[in-house]
Amino acid sequence: MKKGKHWYDYIWIWAIIYFSLSFFNIIFAWLGMIDFMLPLAFAIFGGSKYFCNRLCARGQLFLKLGGQYKLSRNVVTPAWMYSSIFRYGFMIFFLTMFGNVVMQTWLVASGAGDFQQMVTLFWSFQVPWEWAYTAGGVPDWVAQYSFGFYSLMLTSLLLGLIAMLIYKPRTWCSFCPMGTMTQGICKFKN
Amino acid sequence: MTDKTKKRRLAVVNADSCVACGTCFAVCPFEAMEIYKGCYARPVGERCVGCGICERNCPIGCISIKIREEAV
Repeated sequence: MKKGKHWYDYIWIWAIIYFSLSFFNIIFAWLGMIDFMLPLAFAIFGGSKYFCNRLCARGQLFLKLGGQYKLSRNVVTPAWMYSSIFRYGFMIFFLTMFGNVVMQTWLVASGAGDFQQMVTLFWSFQVPWEWAYTAGGVPDWVAQYSFGFYSLMLTSLLLGLIAMLIYKPRTWCSFCPMGTMTQGICKFKN
Repeated sequence: MTDKTKKRRLAVVNADSCVACGTCFAVCPFEAMEIYKGCYARPVGERCVGCGICERNCPIGCISIKIREEAV
């Protein structure tokens, strides 16, 4: 029996909406926390990867671009990229960088750090992003967190797109930090 | 009397290397793959016809199509 379309088959649209909204108004970057909290909630309370399998907008977008629109070379991902050491190493690195974003937010909130209207790509390249925020709308620390979090989200999107172009459409999923974390939780629980 | 058998194509997942990304679940036209307890992918019952779509899309190549002989 062939499967019909489900509402969550269109969830890839969310990825486009999220990155577009945040591009013009950085405060929308906070919505990305949904992509952080939901997979963990499903894994911790449900013991499943429901989010990765059905609700991951990014994974669906890669599959659409790489599979349906054939933008992927469709070459099998190299073994080191889905080895446990790389997956868990990348997850720890990613969480450390997330901790850095939280730390910067804390410094701005406490007045010990300067507010920077910049998006940092690949954890190295600072790109001025002034158009996306008008000072005074929200407390500086709220905006600082938005810039930091959007940096992480955009960097991971670009990494995923590069992996999609070079290897398989959903190569990103093989070392996605959230996927690694939720699979680890599920294995631990089950 | 001879036992009758039929050959059947079936997706086989290497559970040790599967990262449970759900790509096979997403691309399967027959809803024949599931992510077992969030740990690894596996074919669901008799639904799998061994079409190979999951094999082609699996990012890490941990799915293969095998032919099995089954009693009729």
